[in-house]
Amino acid sequence: MNGQVFHTNTSESQPLIDLRNVVKIYSSLAGSVTALQGIDLQVHRGEFLIVMGKSGSGKTTLVNIVTGLDRSTSGEIWVDGAPLHRFSTEKAARLRGKTIGVVFQSFELLPTLTVLQNVMLPMDFARRYSVREQRQRALQLLQQVDIADHARKYPTALSGGQQQRLAIARAMANDPAILVADEPTGSMDSGTATAVIDLFADLVRQGRTILLVTHDKDVAKRGSRIITLADGEIIASETSEGIHA
Amino acid sequence: MMVDTMLKLDTKQNTRRYENGRQQESNGRLVDLREVVKTYQSSAGTFTALKGVDLQVESGAFVSIIGKSGSGKSTLINVITGIDRPTSGEVIVDHVQIHSLNEEQIAVWRGRSIGVIFQFFQLLPTLTAVENILLAMDYGGQYPRIERPERALYLLELVGMADHAHRLPNSLSGGQQQCVAIARALANDPVLLTADEPTGNLDSKSAEMVFHLFENLAQAGKTILMVTHDNDLAARAQRTIKLADGRVVDEFTNR
Repeated sequence: MNGQVFHTNTSESQPLIDLRNVVKIYSSLAGSVTALQGIDLQVHRGEFLIVMGKSGSGKTTLVNIVTGLDRSTSGEIWVDGAPLHRFSTEKAARLRGKTIGVVFQSFELLPTLTVLQNVMLPMDFARRYSVREQRQRALQLLQQVDIADHARKYPTALSGGQQQRLAIARAMANDPAILVADEPTGSMDSGTATAVIDLFADLVRQGRTILLVTHDKDVAKRGSRIITLADGEIIASETSEGIHA
Repeated sequence: MMVDTMLKLDTKQNTRRYENGRQQESNGRLVDLREVVKTYQSSAGTFTALKGVDLQVESGAFVSIIGKSGSGKSTLINVITGIDRPTSGEVIVDHVQIHSLNEEQIAVWRGRSIGVIFQFFQLLPTLTAVENILLAMDYGGQYPRIERPERALYLLELVGMADHAHRLPNSLSGGQQQCVAIARALANDPVLLTADEPTGNLDSKSAEMVFHLFENLAQAGKTILMVTHDNDLAARAQRTIKLADGRVVDEFTNR
């Protein structure tokens, strides 16, 4: 592929996510805003990376570019050895479907599908599992996040914490290497938030790589590395005891 | 109107049969609620959201539902779509007793019969506009797989969003997202559209664009049930029902 050495090298030492000089500029009638000003970031397998920063610092833009939900203006985005910056929206969607599970602050569940159907839905698209396997796997995932008893209910019948557990189960539907979560506990009380973060920590222990945006310092402490953004730049990066403690 | 002429092409006959839902005679009424009560239990005690609501909606009607926050508007819509279950009473939609179906049967029935529209659009952020519509068709199973992409694009054209078919929801404005959500609601040619505050999260210009789309759909013969807190918009429907404290307290025909 275009003679790129990076593409063929997906060994363990290679970062799972590799951002190189990523710039994002939003243009509108009111002028242009530079949301990211040349971000370099490498994330390795098994990391629990926390992204912090004030509102408007570029956190959400950063994770949206990693998931392919937004496109960079310039720079390179390599995910699991694939050059995401060269992909069309459709091709990015296929990569995301297989490699990245996305969790949103407002859950983004489909209210008209049952809990079980919400988890089976991404499997429909990726076609990695047969229909029978889809159902079994969805039930297993619901067990893992501790809401299997609610499989036949609709999302609105669940509490906020339960809905986010469901969203996490859905994000894991196609067994992705990476989970990306943007303020997943942003709408929860602290007890509920802790239980959800415990779940993320478990997933990291099981080998999953997680990128989590938060403004909550208690949540951030649970990560293995914390980066802080300001005005579209990484101004601090520190490793943490986090989940190893 | 473009919507008007385009919808006339949409002539799938309403010949559905429900193996599990008992057929119910309801005198040509598409929606028939009888003495519907909904009580929520929580640790704080019980709360009765609907206190015996009777409501009949004829096929082809455009009905708005108004009332203050907490009056039971959303609960009413949710028992009609089967997202919520009544504590007692009967809910009959398109001759099917919704209250006699289990959750999975309701999901199948709803996928085919009702297009549901929400205040916050509820499009899947990881799918493009056209994929969001295809997804609804996958679940509805009303159209052969081979026809679905063409129909999805046709529906996007119907709501004026054809140019945005391959864009992700977060790159669209709120009004545009709601138009895509309406196209999704039409995916399986439902007999009923329900909308819970569909303009509640939009600026006035986008709200007008979205409401106008509903008016066109009503003119083309779609049955629409819309919850709104905007009395001016409500008055543009054929009929308005006012709820207060879980009861229908007023009802009037507009114009």
